Amino acid sequence: MADTILELKGVKVNRGTRLALDVPHLAVRRGETLAVVGPNGAGKSTLLQVMACLLRPSSGEVLVFGEAVRRTTSLVRLRRRMAMVLQRSYLLDGTVLDNVAVGLRMRGVRRDEARRRVERALCTFGIEHLSARPARTLSGGESQRVSLARAFVLEPEVLFLDEPTSSLDVPTRTGLLAELGEVVQRTGVATVFVTHDVIEIPFLAERTLVMLGGRVTADGPVREVLGADMRRALRDLAGSARWILSQGW
Amino acid sequence: MDLVVEGIVRAFWLLVRADREVVRITLLTLRVSGLATLIAVVIGVPLGTVLALSTFRGRQAAASLVNTGMGLPPVVVGLWVSILLWRYGPLGFLHLMYTPAAMVIAQAVIATPIVTGFTMAGIGQLDPGVRLQVLSLGASSWQLLWILLREARLSVVAAVIAGFGGVISEIGASMMVGGNVMGQTRILTTATAMEVSRGHFDVAIALSVILLAISYGITFGLTHMQQRGRHT
Repeated sequence: MADTILELKGVKVNRGTRLALDVPHLAVRRGETLAVVGPNGAGKSTLLQVMACLLRPSSGEVLVFGEAVRRTTSLVRLRRRMAMVLQRSYLLDGTVLDNVAVGLRMRGVRRDEARRRVERALCTFGIEHLSARPARTLSGGESQRVSLARAFVLEPEVLFLDEPTSSLDVPTRTGLLAELGEVVQRTGVATVFVTHDVIEIPFLAERTLVMLGGRVTADGPVREVLGADMRRALRDLAGSARWILSQGW
Repeated sequence: MDLVVEGIVRAFWLLVRADREVVRITLLTLRVSGLATLIAVVIGVPLGTVLALSTFRGRQAAASLVNTGMGLPPVVVGLWVSILLWRYGPLGFLHLMYTPAAMVIAQAVIATPIVTGFTMAGIGQLDPGVRLQVLSLGASSWQLLWILLREARLSVVAAVIAGFGGVISEIGASMMVGGNVMGQTRILTTATAMEVSRGHFDVAIALSVILLAISYGITFGLTHMQQRGRHT
């Protein structure tokens, strides 16, 4: 398909004697937002790393932007068309500005253009006032905003999000997810979003993939695949809220 | 106590008067140990990084070898370098024995495993997620290496400090391959040992004070570089 930007064919990843990933076929289209959900150890992050050209599969074929990834393929060239945000922000030693600009410096982007793009990315995530702050003095929520700005400043064609909000408290998480969803929608970037919390999915994705034991057990629109699970999770949440409120809070 | 005070006063005067022999010994010490440390850094930093990041078969054996090398007795190094450089040794045709070059080689052999081992530990301590994150930002191999070294800066500079400290203070290897020849291969440690054997404790103390001052000065500079711009 012409607008397919990522495709996995018969991909398997072995970790010792264990099969960590077994995907017969999977395709992601340009501009598509895909959530990968499943319990810990389901192979979600492994799938993400294979798609992001950070892990070579034990067997099978990976096509990125229509190009088959082979031993001789320049992974750096492909990675420079993508961006990834991990569970922890992994900010480097330096200021917020240095961190957001690091990927642009790697690509040799001119200083004035880099400055303009960094300022825009900082504004997008509401952290322009932090630009001169040492990155390692930030709170968890601020750090993750910097990490997102660092990814979006690269203007990637595909964005990989590996549980980007799981280390944050609930109010910070909800706020950030809502903002992130809006930015993803506005930029139209194809997004693969890993989470183990079904409640987070509607913020970011239209399609969802359920994984278990390294295999894809369901794939389709979020409402179809997770409708029942999501309603149950929301009912549980509402039940907890009602109980707390009934205690006189 | 009088001896110590006398030694310190003597050191002061030797420095103030810029005694030619002391200046020559001090400069040779700096040149030999500085060059040996530089060689150790050029070899040890990339080697330590590769050992920390790679997963090849035999990596553990190689890492153990480096760690063993961190405690190499200088006299053992002196002995083996002497055997290699001796007139009838495999490298005898180079005529390096009893020259500053021989001392640089011996000291580099001592410092390289120290720098390699500290670098390996420093890079190895970084969270594997940092490497993944940097690669995902589109880093080339060199950019990744540079960023990881910057992130492990505290350990890498500690490696340089330890390597320099190890060679500027050693005597066994330098004495064996350099011979403590006046005006040619005499350095602060060998000169100090010689003055003690001759009973000139005041001169020995003076030389030791100079050695300590140099060691402190250089370590201070490196520590400043290590801590500069530290944002934690």
